[in-house]
Amino acid sequence: MPQSADKVLDHAPLFREPEYTEMLENKKINYECGHPDQLVQEIGDWTKSWEYREKNLAREAATINPAKACQPLGAVFAGAGYEKTMSFVHGSQGCVAYYRSHLSRHFKEPSSCVSSSMTEDAAVFGGLVNMVDGLANTKALYDPEMIAVSTTCMAEVIGDDLNSFIIQAKEKGSVEADFDVPYAHTPAFVGSHVDGYDNMQKGILSHFWDKAESRTESESINIIPGFDGFAVGNVRELKRILAEMGIADFTILSDVSDVYDTPSDGEFRMYSGGTKLADVPTALNAKATVSLQEYCTPKTLSYCKDKGQETAAFHYPMGVKGTDEFLMKLSELSGKEIPESLRLERGRLIDAMADSQAYLHGKTYAIYGDPDFVFAMAAFIMETGGEPRHCLATNGSKAWAKKMEDLLASSPFGKECQVWAGKDLWHMRSFLNTEPVDFLIGNSYGKYLERDTGTPLLRLAFPIFDRHHHHRFPTMFYQGTLTVLVKMLDLIFDKYDLDTIDPGVTDYSYDLTR
Amino acid sequence: MSELRQIAFYGKGGIGKSTTSQNTLAALVELGQKILIVGCDPKADSTRLILNSKAQDTVLHLAAEMGSVEDLELEDVLKIGYKDIKCVESGGPEPGVGCAGRGVITSINFLEENGAYDDVDYVSYDVLGDVVCGGFAMPIRENKAQEIYIVMSGEMMALYAANNISKGILKYANSGGVRLGGLICNERQTDKELELAEAMAEKLGSKLIHFVPRDNIVQHAELRRQTVLQYAPDSQQADEYRELARKIHENSGKGVIPTPVTMDELEEMLMEFGIMQSEEEREAMIAKSDAEMAAS
Repeated sequence: MPQSADKVLDHAPLFREPEYTEMLENKKINYECGHPDQLVQEIGDWTKSWEYREKNLAREAATINPAKACQPLGAVFAGAGYEKTMSFVHGSQGCVAYYRSHLSRHFKEPSSCVSSSMTEDAAVFGGLVNMVDGLANTKALYDPEMIAVSTTCMAEVIGDDLNSFIIQAKEKGSVEADFDVPYAHTPAFVGSHVDGYDNMQKGILSHFWDKAESRTESESINIIPGFDGFAVGNVRELKRILAEMGIADFTILSDVSDVYDTPSDGEFRMYSGGTKLADVPTALNAKATVSLQEYCTPKTLSYCKDKGQETAAFHYPMGVKGTDEFLMKLSELSGKEIPESLRLERGRLIDAMADSQAYLHGKTYAIYGDPDFVFAMAAFIMETGGEPRHCLATNGSKAWAKKMEDLLASSPFGKECQVWAGKDLWHMRSFLNTEPVDFLIGNSYGKYLERDTGTPLLRLAFPIFDRHHHHRFPTMFYQGTLTVLVKMLDLIFDKYDLDTIDPGVTDYSYDLTR
Repeated sequence: MSELRQIAFYGKGGIGKSTTSQNTLAALVELGQKILIVGCDPKADSTRLILNSKAQDTVLHLAAEMGSVEDLELEDVLKIGYKDIKCVESGGPEPGVGCAGRGVITSINFLEENGAYDDVDYVSYDVLGDVVCGGFAMPIRENKAQEIYIVMSGEMMALYAANNISKGILKYANSGGVRLGGLICNERQTDKELELAEAMAEKLGSKLIHFVPRDNIVQHAELRRQTVLQYAPDSQQADEYRELARKIHENSGKGVIPTPVTMDELEEMLMEFGIMQSEEEREAMIAKSDAEMAAS
């Protein structure tokens, strides 16, 4: 046997050993009874044709590899960003294991979250008992200061009413009457994780704000970051920018930057960082609430507006214009000038873009991800002289598509781009095969499209499971945009090098400098 | 615009909920109220008398056709009927499949999010049968219907249902604002019907809002897919519905937390009214009929 205790092989090289290759070959011939290789090849090629693309686009009854997750994932993420808060999902355990593993695999951090462990009897009788016991156990075992409750499909289908359940659980003494248990209904079969984020944010804010008798407007500004795989880097960068601007009076509503980035210093932190609970009630008095991602916060912002606050929303402030607009709004709201230091950062970013212009110009891209990210990415690509050709958001609405079209129409670099709202990654495969682009921008799931279509992939969207630590660096604002620019250029140069790797055949000039 | 008032009609299947509610709401319009009817019954027959048509396209039917609720526009599902009453049917699956309760939740969320409740004075929910699962309790959750009206009659099963619905209301009344507005007796011409209805209302800690007498004119109007208010506005029956509408309108904020009774108490009451026999009477009857059989 090729495997030995002295030299343990990983499964990949192990399966390349003759014993295994032979075994797998025999299995294929004797047991799999598959179609002949030639036919498989033929059909495979056909799926890359325009004819197949049209059939694919006419598809009605199936979604294949949607580029979105379900509502409770967003709710768990939003809840996690508050101080000593345990996210509690009312429903079955398997769902919660998914949210935890998804977040852990991306952030490479533990992700604490509990479930009410609903089983067959709860499905029949309703999950009240699970709520009563679950809240009591959560409090006793994990000692949180707040429990943020969301729901899975199961609880939603049987119509469990969180408001009534939580009141009854408190009456039965599972937690004290004044213990904070905000909640949000987050049916996983409606919308996506960005809606779950929105619902939970609104649930938490209304839990604290609806109790207030009146609102006395202050000079403070609330900022909601939105669902973002790069939140660790981005929220820290946001705080740095606020400091540069001299804005001290602000509240970041749901700050996960320390939650999903705890140090290894010998101490396990079940809770770390997060928005201070004491700051949430007073955030009602803020003069304005600013959302960094409009499509993550429609209900929350409309709620803030109803409370009398001014609101503003951005689409993932990235790129020169995206950051400019955000900073100008901050300046307007706070009355503080944008400092020289940020002006210099802007200049440096533009300088970097200009330095690499020869390589960036005319490159074509396909982008997929959450609606706000796709918007920002397309806008920034056009700033570099690149051309977005396919912009896809499975959780994008018709209104989003319209907004994208307006954006693309604003630049000559956008005129050949197509916007795909509600389409999935199997559609994207057809687009990449029939109307190829130079680069694909998305998340880890794009790796199979990269393999299948030969389009190099840049991982800039949640989730990123197969590359480590990128989320620790910002992608928003001038500094973050510079990081994104460097990632894009690395990919461009890697491709260039690969295309000129054969001395005397593809490489004539032996260029070291690009 | 005054504060939005939300009411719901519950009751045993076949009791005449939809007929009573549509006639009453048609009368309520005469009091200058702007109304939205939300049918919460997969049969989707809560609005046909107002729309003078066969069952309208439902929220869930259209959502299924379009692929998802998110693709739906409010104007696709909201129809305007008699005297500008707005009508929506939530709809639901065919009998025997799927989950109608979830359908009710989905529809009501859709309507709220898309502004169907703006610019109306009344929202009226017409809800299938008993409170059968969490979904059918949606209209009595916090911030939904303030008062529930139970349509019943002097029949035993209708009384059982009224008691069961009261249990559902009680469950939510403690944690929210929902109250029992009262009972509406739709006459079936059973024995001592009025007295029984009043006694039942008293047991539930509530009141009999109105006793709607039986009149064939209701059926005549129904055959024409009309309310009595539209078919025969000057009839006695139309006035009955006007009276009921006025009482409901004036009943705002006067609902109570119901006091449902146990099965034993309910059966005891039915025995008092001679609708049900006691165990002894029943055994005596069986003995008597056995004796007759043996004799013949």
